[in-house]
Amino acid sequence: MSGTYLGMPAFPEAAAKSTQDTQLRGNLRHATHTIRAKRAVAVAELDDWPQLRAAGAAVKDRTLRHLDHYLEQLETAVTAAGGVVHWAADAAEANRIVTDLVRATGETEVVKVKSMATQEIGLNEALAEAGIHAYETDLAELIVQLGDDLPSHILVPAIHKNRSEIRDIFTERMGDWGRAAPAGLSDEPADLADAARLHLREKFLRAKVAISGANFMVAETGTLVVLESEGNGRMCLTLPETLISVVGIEKTIPTWRDLEIYLQTLPRSSTAERMNPYTSTWTGTTEGDGPQTFHLVLLDNGRTDTLADTVGRQALRCIRCSACLNVCPVYERAGGHAYGSAYPGPIGAILTPQLRGTASALDASLPYASTLCGACYEVCPVAIDIPEVLVHLRERVVEGGAVTLRGTRAVIKPAKGHAAERAAMRAARWTLDHPAALRAGQRLAARTRRLHPARLPGPGRAWSATRELPAVPAESFRDWWQRTRGEGKNT
Amino acid sequence: MSHPNPVSRPGGASSRERVLGRIRRALADVPRDELPGSVPLDRDYLRVHGTRTPEQTADLLAVHLADYRALVHRCPADGLAELIATLLAERGARSAVVPDGLPDSWLTALTGVELVADTLALTARELDAVDSVVTGCAVAVAETGTIVLDGSAGQGRRRITLVPDHHICVVLAPGQIVDSIPEAMERLDPARPLTWISGPSATSDIELDRVEGVHGPRTLEVILVGEPAR
Repeated sequence: MSGTYLGMPAFPEAAAKSTQDTQLRGNLRHATHTIRAKRAVAVAELDDWPQLRAAGAAVKDRTLRHLDHYLEQLETAVTAAGGVVHWAADAAEANRIVTDLVRATGETEVVKVKSMATQEIGLNEALAEAGIHAYETDLAELIVQLGDDLPSHILVPAIHKNRSEIRDIFTERMGDWGRAAPAGLSDEPADLADAARLHLREKFLRAKVAISGANFMVAETGTLVVLESEGNGRMCLTLPETLISVVGIEKTIPTWRDLEIYLQTLPRSSTAERMNPYTSTWTGTTEGDGPQTFHLVLLDNGRTDTLADTVGRQALRCIRCSACLNVCPVYERAGGHAYGSAYPGPIGAILTPQLRGTASALDASLPYASTLCGACYEVCPVAIDIPEVLVHLRERVVEGGAVTLRGTRAVIKPAKGHAAERAAMRAARWTLDHPAALRAGQRLAARTRRLHPARLPGPGRAWSATRELPAVPAESFRDWWQRTRGEGKNT
Repeated sequence: MSHPNPVSRPGGASSRERVLGRIRRALADVPRDELPGSVPLDRDYLRVHGTRTPEQTADLLAVHLADYRALVHRCPADGLAELIATLLAERGARSAVVPDGLPDSWLTALTGVELVADTLALTARELDAVDSVVTGCAVAVAETGTIVLDGSAGQGRRRITLVPDHHICVVLAPGQIVDSIPEAMERLDPARPLTWISGPSATSDIELDRVEGVHGPRTLEVILVGEPAR
């Protein structure tokens, strides 16, 4: 595993491999089941969870329906408070803006707060090309970075590693990046956390530039909000002289008061805590306290394309809690890497194909990385109907149609791989419209049922490779009804 | 709009227009006369979960703070200086940073503790060598076990409650304690930099098991002051 998502195989191939990894399966099962049970307890403490969930969805919908208005309001407020606002239409532009901003400071090192947006745009790689070292400071991101690995979970990017694997990474790699791990490091989580504390402290104390994302941006006040646990976020947000925050445009909420909803739902849904240990809010710059230069980079990178889809836009409500990952039977078995983007699990399966489009085999396969069981929708604290969007995106992949790609309306062709499925559906439609043909077909199928193969031949092979063919009954329902209850029969 | 930032490129303004233009085209289904505030939003969630007396609210705060491994102490107002001195002594602290505006009366019982002022000149490295920090707070939230600092008098710059490994935070009961997050939001000024603290720093990054103590203070002691004697 090297640190890029480019050129990754489609979900079925990646999952076929990852599901054979018993270590990974064990790690994921343990972690997801632990958090699942805890989350249920934390959520049950609030009698008004359904109301909070509905309000959380409504605030996001209100924002999304008037996103231009709220972004302009946000820009005005941030600027008035001493911040500088930049707009980035895509990943390349965002990376260029951040690289230039870091260069302007004369620094060649930055410390980073865990951020999905910067993972999405590949910022670390872009900075490295410019000769700038970006140090991840979240414990899990550190594990991933030291291990030359990729994140596999939104909240806990190193969820695929267990404690002894983490100990090995720290022991082998920390010395290459700075302060080495203490000799004889155990695999106790407390000792591992302590090793990270020592390793990163020197970086925090000398850092001049920090890069963060944000969980929320309040339009009316220009306030940014970061929720975290370890204190690495606070270190990055307060010690350096320059702070650059890269934030997706959909992270906007209209008012300060709206935050009261998410501060109740996000921690409980995410880490299953009443409240995460640290939440920082800042509005522009504050004289004499924290960074005196603040840049906000507003990132589109496919979000406006997603917004253009009236069914799919609900994915932009996501507050990245990761509850949907932790309950998903597919995620639990396949792991996060199979989803081939910064956003794994059910939310990734609907977000990635919308942000990137469905042109690649991987992105076109993501809407199928689900059993449609609906557990993700049930736990979602902003009520994203993930199964609805999955089905919608499957239709887009199979049928093609009008979409928005990088801001331009386009018509995509039906995916080639689904020609057989489309032909089968057309045949089914014709047959169901012709009762005589249906009856004849059913009788023929019933009489020949002993001869049916276990696997379909030809184009049907792929379909039956992962499915049992349904058994054909000796008599069709229609014939049975005719025989037992049909005209002339008394019940 | 003009950017004061010297590295801002000429393309910056056009990207702004491009993104806003994309948004407007994406929202073609939204009626032109729909006002942002008219999109329905029911705030029928609870303002407070349950009904409590101020004493019960303070009790709940203490329980919830302790749940996340904060050490909770209680004392009457006239016992505060003594308690702070005891806690620093038990910790073995030789130095403590104190913010501007911290009441002098809180520190009258200290012996053998060097007090470090929270000044602009204090570097992060110097701060790293300080053992403890003593502050007040802006508000405390019982339902979540949270204390909030807003940088006003007695609370200091954000970094002083971050770099030292031991934080003593004084909460004046019942005045500074609210029941819920919605009540806290009303009391806080978003223009100030806020730090919400719920227990010492922690991580769930290893196997999703919670471990206390990563980068922030590994020991958080909260003193609830001035409750009625019981």
